[in-house]
Amino acid sequence: MEVPILKQGAFLIATFQAALSDADLNQLRMGLVQQVVKFRSRAVIVDVTAMDVMDSFASRTLREIAHMIRLRGAETVIVGIQPEVAFAMVQLGLTLEGVATALDLEEGLAYLNERFKITK
Amino acid sequence: MSVREIRVEINSDQDIVIARQKGRGMAGELGFSSGDATLIATAISELARNIVSYARTGQIKLKGINGSSGVGILVIASDDGPGIIDIRQALRDGFSTSGSLGLGLPGVRRLMDEFEITSQPGKGTMVTVKKWRQ
Repeated sequence: MEVPILKQGAFLIATFQAALSDADLNQLRMGLVQQVVKFRSRAVIVDVTAMDVMDSFASRTLREIAHMIRLRGAETVIVGIQPEVAFAMVQLGLTLEGVATALDLEEGLAYLNERFKITK
Repeated sequence: MSVREIRVEINSDQDIVIARQKGRGMAGELGFSSGDATLIATAISELARNIVSYARTGQIKLKGINGSSGVGILVIASDDGPGIIDIRQALRDGFSTSGSLGLGLPGVRRLMDEFEITSQPGKGTMVTVKKWRQ
């Protein structure tokens, strides 16, 4: 299952589906970094609203994506972590330290618009 | 209540997704809340991941159970892999031999109500967990 990546101005938006396998996540990681390079994107929004399980591999992949994109000089915002998923992540001991998060896609876009207005 | 039993053969990362989806489905049928179903599905995902990472192949068995605490779900993850030499160490946060986060087993223990592990080096590992409906 491939994750669609949309280009929205200087930002990229990747929308996760529920049933992503490890292979899908690895593919997404590569795809996102390549697209950030190709489009000279300033930021990436990863929308995980549809993800019903965030296990250790998925959250590690998200951290790695954010780290790689930061090395490219761009920023990542994870949006849409569901309350139940957040609860399970905390129980499991998973963190997304150092990665920006926002309530949903709208908030994520608002955060990035604000941020890039200030630094311009 | 049905005493349905589901077995999922774990051979690849795709099977991790199948196992956790089946687990969520069964948790729903047993009347677990959506939040608890998420905890159960996450625990199954970690257990199936351990099988793929350490033993390559194994099996996840899911079963509805009745106990003194009411209705519950039983999850048994078993494999014929290399086994765990030091179980106490494997249950400590941050321990891993496969380069993963090492949160698997202690995390699963926190997600579920009951946790049991038996392992014999060279023979395999069996993790049995239960969660009771609130």
